[in-house]
Amino acid sequence: MQEKIALTGNEAMALAMKQINPDVVAAYPITPATEIVQIFSDYVSNGLVKTEFVTVESEHSAMSATLGASASGVRAMTATSSQGLAFMWEVLYIAASYQLPIVMPVVNRALSGPINIHGDHSDTMGARDSGWLQIYSENTQEAYDNLIQAVRIAEHPDVLLPTMVMMDGFIISHAMENLEILSDQDVQKFVGEFKHHRPALLDLDNPITVGPLALYDYYMEFKRQQAEAMRTCKPVILQVAQEYAELTGRKYGLYEGYKLDDADLAIVVLSSTAGTAKVVVDELREQGVKAGLLKLRVFRPFPYEELAQALSGRKAIAVLDRADGFSAFGGALFNEIRSAMYDVKDRPLIVDYIFGLGGRDVNLDHIRKVYADLAEIAKTGQAAQLVSYLGVRE
Amino acid sequence: MANLKQLSQQEEFFTPGHRMCAGCVAPVVVRQVSMAAGDTPVVIANATGCLEVASTIFPYTAWRAPWIHNAFENASATLSGVETAYRALKKQGKIDKKVKFIAFGGDGGTYDIGFQSLSGAMERGHDIVYICYDNGAYMNTGIQRSSATPQFADTTTSPAGSVIPGKIQWRKDLTAIMAAHNVPYVAQVAPSHFNDLITKVQKAIAVDGPAFINAMAPCPRGWRYDTREGIEMTRLAVETCYWPLYEVEDGQWKLTYKPREKKPLTEWIKKQGRFRHLFTDENKELLEQFQQRVDEEWEKLLRRCGEM
Amino acid sequence: MSNLLTWKEVPKGAFLEKPGNAADYETGDWRSIKPVWIAENCIQCFRCWVYCPDAAIMTKDKKMIGIDYKHCKGCGICANECPAKPKALEMINESDSGDN
Repeated sequence: MQEKIALTGNEAMALAMKQINPDVVAAYPITPATEIVQIFSDYVSNGLVKTEFVTVESEHSAMSATLGASASGVRAMTATSSQGLAFMWEVLYIAASYQLPIVMPVVNRALSGPINIHGDHSDTMGARDSGWLQIYSENTQEAYDNLIQAVRIAEHPDVLLPTMVMMDGFIISHAMENLEILSDQDVQKFVGEFKHHRPALLDLDNPITVGPLALYDYYMEFKRQQAEAMRTCKPVILQVAQEYAELTGRKYGLYEGYKLDDADLAIVVLSSTAGTAKVVVDELREQGVKAGLLKLRVFRPFPYEELAQALSGRKAIAVLDRADGFSAFGGALFNEIRSAMYDVKDRPLIVDYIFGLGGRDVNLDHIRKVYADLAEIAKTGQAAQLVSYLGVRE
Repeated sequence: MANLKQLSQQEEFFTPGHRMCAGCVAPVVVRQVSMAAGDTPVVIANATGCLEVASTIFPYTAWRAPWIHNAFENASATLSGVETAYRALKKQGKIDKKVKFIAFGGDGGTYDIGFQSLSGAMERGHDIVYICYDNGAYMNTGIQRSSATPQFADTTTSPAGSVIPGKIQWRKDLTAIMAAHNVPYVAQVAPSHFNDLITKVQKAIAVDGPAFINAMAPCPRGWRYDTREGIEMTRLAVETCYWPLYEVEDGQWKLTYKPREKKPLTEWIKKQGRFRHLFTDENKELLEQFQQRVDEEWEKLLRRCGEM
Repeated sequence: MSNLLTWKEVPKGAFLEKPGNAADYETGDWRSIKPVWIAENCIQCFRCWVYCPDAAIMTKDKKMIGIDYKHCKGCGICANECPAKPKALEMINESDSGDN
């Protein structure tokens, strides 16, 4: 049974957390994710969840306490954004290396400095190599759906990796949208009882040592093992999506192609901007332009084979990065898409646009300009500039 | 009063075969804490530091009890999470044993980089006994000064030079700072006085809520004394009143050991290479200054404890 | 390196399931000086036992019975702290001892 309801992104994430009903939540407020923590503490205060809630004194401690709880053998969650995620950095890597299935909503917000509270992807792009699965959401519905699925994915015995689920700060976190929600019982049934698939710290009869020192004789074996979990978790993501579709009718993949199959010109983008781009795709299609869109959902693991397949046959591709890479060669998404396309026969020209930093508005005209550029690139077979900035004052 | 013969029949949660330096006193502290815990099931968190690295070199672990290491500055936060998970499982009827949660950190992981995490955990009231093994410098990285380092000590980042005579600042009084958190139990201990140490750890374990214990744990390399004198070092620190033994129980300050005769500070520091530069003619004044400050701090403590 | 575990064999996330197996690790070969126990001088006060950083004082049925040379690192704390007169623990050079 599903119910149609209007919620903000933060309300939807908090509701999903309530329905997941974790054993432990340790969290610290930060704009624009504060509401998730606030609403959740209200559930705790009113006995609507079984959760033990730890009001830690920082995000570093939020992730540290969540790690401690998860290693103890319970379902543990937290939520954060931007500087909070940056403050967790050190422990993100440790949680991943211990292979702890922590699930965390992240509301994307620009990293300082200058300090800024609005949405871009510089926070989670910085954490892209921390060993966490990263799932990006276009809207409130996806944020809600992704968070519920993330629990099943992270806790699957073949995965056991922490997972962050993103939505854009303010644009989604604070915007009221209609969505369909599941009943508490259906979510509980879907995520299931928490099972730890190996000894946990609180198995008192089987004492374990968590976090030993591994030097040059063992460190690499642990890293190789961790890499394997990331390398092989795609089938689990798809299996969980399949089961979720059976429950809700909403289908998810590693990416979403929008009028992509026969497209000549394609944009690749994450999160809410996909919604804006879809409007332009429809417009261009009416004008007879073969425009399409690829919205990447799962950025970690990076589905390079699937992307290469989906994007081959296009004439020109624009990657839209909502975070600069400061490598002097565009954003992370651009670089990885280009790398994925290297082995494609007759590979298309690929350019990058850095956009929307610190919440800078991206409107239909910006997207129209990108498709117009792509049309020119496709026509001339040349890209004037590989990396450019969209919507910046020149 | 600890009966050592009886204690020797218990299994300790810390085994030999750890790779702490010969003569390191930190493992003596850990062992005495284990003796105090006895049969109480414990779960241990360890901040990064000498004890952590030297006790768990994969595939070996010196810990018989469940043990977790996360990072340098977050043993308290990590253990907060473990203790919270325990409460969650207990509430759900999935665990019934009474378990105690113990954190070990050096002075780096406790006084300095781990201070925020410790303060937060104490304020939130987790059922944690935090034990600082205070060796008075960052020994694991090669003897750099910490906020626990005694004034004038020669360390690799406060070297005694021709212009600056070692560490300039007086040490942070962490035990008092923890007492100011108004947690149920705070104490300062030294392994030379094992009866005192074991009794205090037992009190800390019996308390429902957070407890903090600051244990002096000399480092033969950092302090530069003969390894055989590790216990003598803490004994002299206590007898000179540099490291008084006291407890703060529900806000009541109490001196638990008063030296019959307060020894001059030089008795303690003359045995340590890190203070060698103080024993020159030009630094005579510093030595007097050092003694004077120890006297002041001791009197302050006596007043707090209602002893004068 | 042949007896070391491969990446497929190491425990997931480095969760080590062998509590206290460091006891199998020998640290006795670090010694340059070694304590020798003189049983007839021993007053069974257990000071050596309570102060040993390496839990290398062996006890049985509430009696000190000797030194665990597999783990004793030769720091000398036990001999220094021994209150018996004459001392029940003495440090000798490792090279002066015929056995281990």
